[in-house]
Amino acid sequence: MNYPDESTYGTKADIISTVEFNHTGELLATGDKGGRVVIFQREQESKNQVHRRGEYNVYSTFQSHEPEFDYLKSLEIEEKINKIRWLPQQNAAYFLLSTNDKTVKLWKVSERDKRPEGYNLKDEEGRLRDPATITTLRVPVLRPMDLMVEATPRRVFANAHTYHINSISVNSDYETYMSADDLRINLWNFEITNQSFNIVDIKPANMEELTEVITAAEFHPHHCNTFVYSSSKGTIRLCDMRASALCDRHTKFFEEPEDPSNRSFFSEIISSISDVKFSHSGRYIMTRDYLTVKVWDLNMENRPIETYQVHDYLRSKLCSLYENDCIFDKFECVWNGSDSVIMTGSYNNFFRMFDRNTKRDVTLEASRENSKPRAILKPRKVCVGGKRRKDEISVDSLDFSKKILHTAWHPSENIIAVAATNNLYIFQDKVN
Amino acid sequence: MLSKGLKRKREEEEEEKEALAVDAWWLDPSHPAVAQAPPAVASSSLFDLSVLKLHHSLRQSEPDLRHLVLVVNTLRRIQASMVPTASLPPVPSVPAAPGMADNLLASSDAALSASMASLLEDLSHIEGLSQAPQPLADEGPPGRPTGGAPPGLGALDLLGPATGCLLDDGLEGLFEDIDTSMYDSELWAPASEGLKPGPEDGPVKEQAPELDEAELDYLMDVLVGTQALERPPGPGR
Repeated sequence: MNYPDESTYGTKADIISTVEFNHTGELLATGDKGGRVVIFQREQESKNQVHRRGEYNVYSTFQSHEPEFDYLKSLEIEEKINKIRWLPQQNAAYFLLSTNDKTVKLWKVSERDKRPEGYNLKDEEGRLRDPATITTLRVPVLRPMDLMVEATPRRVFANAHTYHINSISVNSDYETYMSADDLRINLWNFEITNQSFNIVDIKPANMEELTEVITAAEFHPHHCNTFVYSSSKGTIRLCDMRASALCDRHTKFFEEPEDPSNRSFFSEIISSISDVKFSHSGRYIMTRDYLTVKVWDLNMENRPIETYQVHDYLRSKLCSLYENDCIFDKFECVWNGSDSVIMTGSYNNFFRMFDRNTKRDVTLEASRENSKPRAILKPRKVCVGGKRRKDEISVDSLDFSKKILHTAWHPSENIIAVAATNNLYIFQDKVN
Repeated sequence: MLSKGLKRKREEEEEEKEALAVDAWWLDPSHPAVAQAPPAVASSSLFDLSVLKLHHSLRQSEPDLRHLVLVVNTLRRIQASMVPTASLPPVPSVPAAPGMADNLLASSDAALSASMASLLEDLSHIEGLSQAPQPLADEGPPGRPTGGAPPGLGALDLLGPATGCLLDDGLEGLFEDIDTSMYDSELWAPASEGLKPGPEDGPVKEQAPELDEAELDYLMDVLVGTQALERPPGPGR
């Protein structure tokens, strides 16, 4: 596996809450706790500097969501961006969905590099001219101007979620998308904002009977009728929208039986799935729970085909992690473009990559102290007992406030984006 | 960052020495005793911690439902391990002293049932309010949380058993989520929990009436207000 070199971008502003490449990898969007979206664009590679890969520079910044007040419940609705999902590009403009806890918005990001000049009724500063002074007519022409990127909200999908939205997913038909909260999943048409279809509802008649919530949901990358959603009990349900309007009965149910030797009071909490992602091929799904990443074959429901230990040394620390609430942290996971490598974050600004073919794994660290731009990342190791080697770090020295929850992988190249609190790191494969 | 309360040491020798310690032996899954037997009695500190988390979670203006559900389920597990039932296997080498165990059970019953009953009821209360029609709308007519059937979506079958056309949803849909269980007496002595309904009823009920009247008034306003819209104006209205 190649160890990437590093370009660092410090956003400084707020804690990054979501990271997502678009379908070509040309753009990278981040959302933060302050409701802002920052989009980076990859530089065009110049012929003169073939060895220097395109870097990502800030392309557009806009305020997607503002804090709101729900007057009925006397509650403030956070502006934090929970998820961003790109639409495939269909014309010159870029479209993305961004969501906070309650409202999904469709944003159009477009460029303007020309402006009209030579108006008849206005002068160059825009002041109106006295029509009596106009003696000749001219045709305004478009002249080049400095590139301006503007983001405009095109749709606002509101008032459809009682609970907190945790996922949005664009359907492969590019006409619909879904939004999922703790208990319900709604299907939207991009053109219609005042209505949505409820396709999953797991709210019990009596809230006292509530024992399980929806934690993530995603559409199949190719089959527009199929989607999956995961639960806090470690289960994944695959649903077919052709079967019925309300997909409360699943088509497939994925669950691994509990390992009796690992049973503890925290078994359920650590089995809670924090992220679910289809592979690009659509044949597999990957799930992240507190300690592991699992790969499931859609054709085998009773157990995953692969299980990777992210930080098993935490298994004996679960009580402390319960006490400080770290056990509830929700880590995401991502596939690389060819579905051969999977990546997920951990604590101490560590993130892990697992090569599914070679079965090798590596732990890397995203931190400015330990790496300089263009430096090659050094693999890290956590020492779990006995003698600690020079470069190893002991479990008790891990900084649990430095968690990497959000990562993204370029759709076709070995470029990854890693969000470490309020810093964004972009790593690229080293080119010899 | 790890809590000082963690007693486990990494070296195996010390783990074996602490095999019979009260608090944390069951936490170590690699311990042979644990591998062979399911976790027995939880420490009272873990129980208290969980109750504290539950309270804290519900004191939030809008509780994180996932966090809440996970804590409640964990609390139920802990409580189940503390209450001996016929279905559980005989508890091996219970670390707690016998006298302490009784006190633990008594206090845990009271604390747990009061906590869970009142806190889950609070949650239902939040839900009941939230399902009333929302006055806020970003654009267009205020949408219902679940929409009816817009035209032009063709083959998609929208008329499922529970959801239906707008007319069905219209009135009933407004109230489907208002939880009336707070008015049921069963709430105060949940038999499903396997607890004894007893002295804990008192303290819970004392807190409740104030809350009930306000809610009741509010709900009545909503009901009456809405029904007034539906009925044609008659004499005396």
